[in-house]
Amino acid sequence: MNTHAPLTVTNGRLLLPGGEIVPGAIRSEDGFITAIGPDVTPQPGDLVFEAAGKLVTPGLVDLGVFEIDKPAFHFGGITRAALMPDQNTPLDIPSRVRFAAQSGKPDFWVHPLAGATRELKGEALAEIALMREAGARAVATGRRWIGDSGTMLRLLHYTAMLGLTVIAHAEDGGIVGKAVATSGEMATRLGLPSAPAKAEALAIARDIALAELAGAAIHFRNVTTAAGLDLVRAAKVRGLKVTAGVSPAYFMLSDLAVAQFRTFAHLSPPLRSEDDRKAVIAAVADGTIDVIGSGHDPRGPEDKRLPFADSAPGMAGAETLLPLTLNLVRDGVIPIGRAFDLLAANPARLLGADAGRLAVGAEADIAVVDPDRPWIVDSDKMAASAGNTPFDKQPVQGRVLALFKGGVTVRTKKVRPA
Amino acid sequence: MISPEYTYPEGAAAFPHNGLVGIAGLAPHEIWFLLDEAEQWVELNRNAQKHREVLSGLTIINAFFENSTRTLLSFEIAGKRLGADVVNMAVATSSVKKGETLIDTAMTLNAMRADAIVIRHASSGAVQLIADKVDCPVLNAGDGQHEHPTQALLDALTIRHAKRAFNGLRVTICGDILHSRVARSNILCLTSLGADVRVCAPPALMPADIERMNVQVFHDFDAALTGADVVMMLRLQMERMEGQFIPSPREYRHLYGLSMERLAKAQPDALVMHPGPMNRGIEIESDVADLAGRSQITTQVEMGVAIRMACLDVLTRRGRKAEGWA
Repeated sequence: MNTHAPLTVTNGRLLLPGGEIVPGAIRSEDGFITAIGPDVTPQPGDLVFEAAGKLVTPGLVDLGVFEIDKPAFHFGGITRAALMPDQNTPLDIPSRVRFAAQSGKPDFWVHPLAGATRELKGEALAEIALMREAGARAVATGRRWIGDSGTMLRLLHYTAMLGLTVIAHAEDGGIVGKAVATSGEMATRLGLPSAPAKAEALAIARDIALAELAGAAIHFRNVTTAAGLDLVRAAKVRGLKVTAGVSPAYFMLSDLAVAQFRTFAHLSPPLRSEDDRKAVIAAVADGTIDVIGSGHDPRGPEDKRLPFADSAPGMAGAETLLPLTLNLVRDGVIPIGRAFDLLAANPARLLGADAGRLAVGAEADIAVVDPDRPWIVDSDKMAASAGNTPFDKQPVQGRVLALFKGGVTVRTKKVRPA
Repeated sequence: MISPEYTYPEGAAAFPHNGLVGIAGLAPHEIWFLLDEAEQWVELNRNAQKHREVLSGLTIINAFFENSTRTLLSFEIAGKRLGADVVNMAVATSSVKKGETLIDTAMTLNAMRADAIVIRHASSGAVQLIADKVDCPVLNAGDGQHEHPTQALLDALTIRHAKRAFNGLRVTICGDILHSRVARSNILCLTSLGADVRVCAPPALMPADIERMNVQVFHDFDAALTGADVVMMLRLQMERMEGQFIPSPREYRHLYGLSMERLAKAQPDALVMHPGPMNRGIEIESDVADLAGRSQITTQVEMGVAIRMACLDVLTRRGRKAEGWA
């Protein structure tokens, strides 16, 4: 039961599904959008937020995060996140899924991803149907690839029956071993254990073949190489239920970023070559990539202030997700409407959540955004529970000025009239 | 003295670095400066009286997080011959085994006010990590598969004594290049001094894109040896291998073992080198290892002490306000 007053965000530039931007207002009642457009006006008793000509967008839906870190998500305009099953106690049984699904309320929605296998070991299937009852919207293999093809095929048959998408990690485990970098000049010079980038394409090729065999939907959380993206592109042409995601690090950085053993650039999958980085940008542009997610994984010094190969992979990405994606808009790679498809509408659809778009009837997850506002990323002053970002001290543009979850105010900054 | 190929400025400008983490980042004349500095210690070490009070009153900590006999001994002798108080910290007796982080250990060493810390660690980049956190000069005695700069310097000094010049010198490095920090430091050092470096290994033991480090890549040992002026053999680092890289030591010897027959493909006066410890009968036959006039393996050990004396001397000059370095 939502007992809050209805909300009207006035005088905004509304980003509508399809990418059209129209001036107007948006109104919500009881958590859902009830009116949107140029003629909408606040009703008596409404909470009114004056958007002062700024962009009004859906709240972001972040697919595949490793920690629920509300301050960081709210800073970044994220109102929902799909939580990876790789937790201290993995999300591989219904009770943990049920608990996780409630853990963000009321001002944040957590969509737990059911662990595909028990303890995420890639061996015995977990109780996926019961976890669906407990609130899981999709299934994830976790940080690792399922090495056994028979297990993967049985998983995909099962999830196809249940109508759930499998979110897969695309790196062939046999080739990767204990690698922490992509094979190439940088890894060679630094003497880091490395694996060829082709480990990704190998994993994707097998998993596409198995998904086709099972008639299952599969989503690759991070596709970071030209060869991997080519496979996804070809699978889409053939009409298979294959989708792909990526984190901004892979279109912003190459493996040059790990120079000097910078552990903040130790990611999984590892950063790739410059050619692969460009291939990711091309794949965002041509629609091969469906989702951009932060992979938010805050790690303190105990995990990061270590020799590179001993450090934990991952970055705190929630705060930089929107501004780094907006780089692609400023560079003319994608229009702004498509940016929010990648950040909100597509991941919401994959999760079966009626959110991620500004339309009557959808949940009133609303952000007010200044896409041009400059700021500087500072790992010492992040909202996240740890500041492990490879973008430290980098100037970015794009800031969330106000955020509403289900029509209720989460945070607002004072908005100066344009 | 050897005729100077490089000139360098007087005083502290000759070596403007606070530590020695790797050969990467050193200019050729800085390498040359260290080699020149080592010559006096080569001389001294050949005397019966081999002690100088250069580092008297200074404390040098050898922090070895990975087992070592030869390098540790070499650094210990180098420090003691220069009159320093040398303390060895071995992993087996340290609190690293009790879960203390590397940074905490480094801060502890720092608080003990060492004047130089020599570090060996099994992880690439570990020495840089410590060097960033402590106040005194840090010397890398080998970090993972990254660098082992004093080994490259002692190898260069050994070659310089025998061959005098590096320009155009053909040096073949053969063995487990993938897991070898010695190979990486030697490639950087020798190419920087103008040598033509060839690396030879089976594909599984060859790092990707190594040719970007200005070396020629060979898988056929005979071809790699042809015309070589220096043959540097590396040990198979079984302990660093995850999974199987070669079918068997016997098969490795068949393809990559340095025998007298194979050595004949190189120049008639080609030097034979090995950083040790050797696996006789695997990567190198005993008769080659002991070949008088050609094998430099014991000379390398001798030069090692001199190079480490030079590095300890040079790197502590700022701290002890040596003339021209204050």
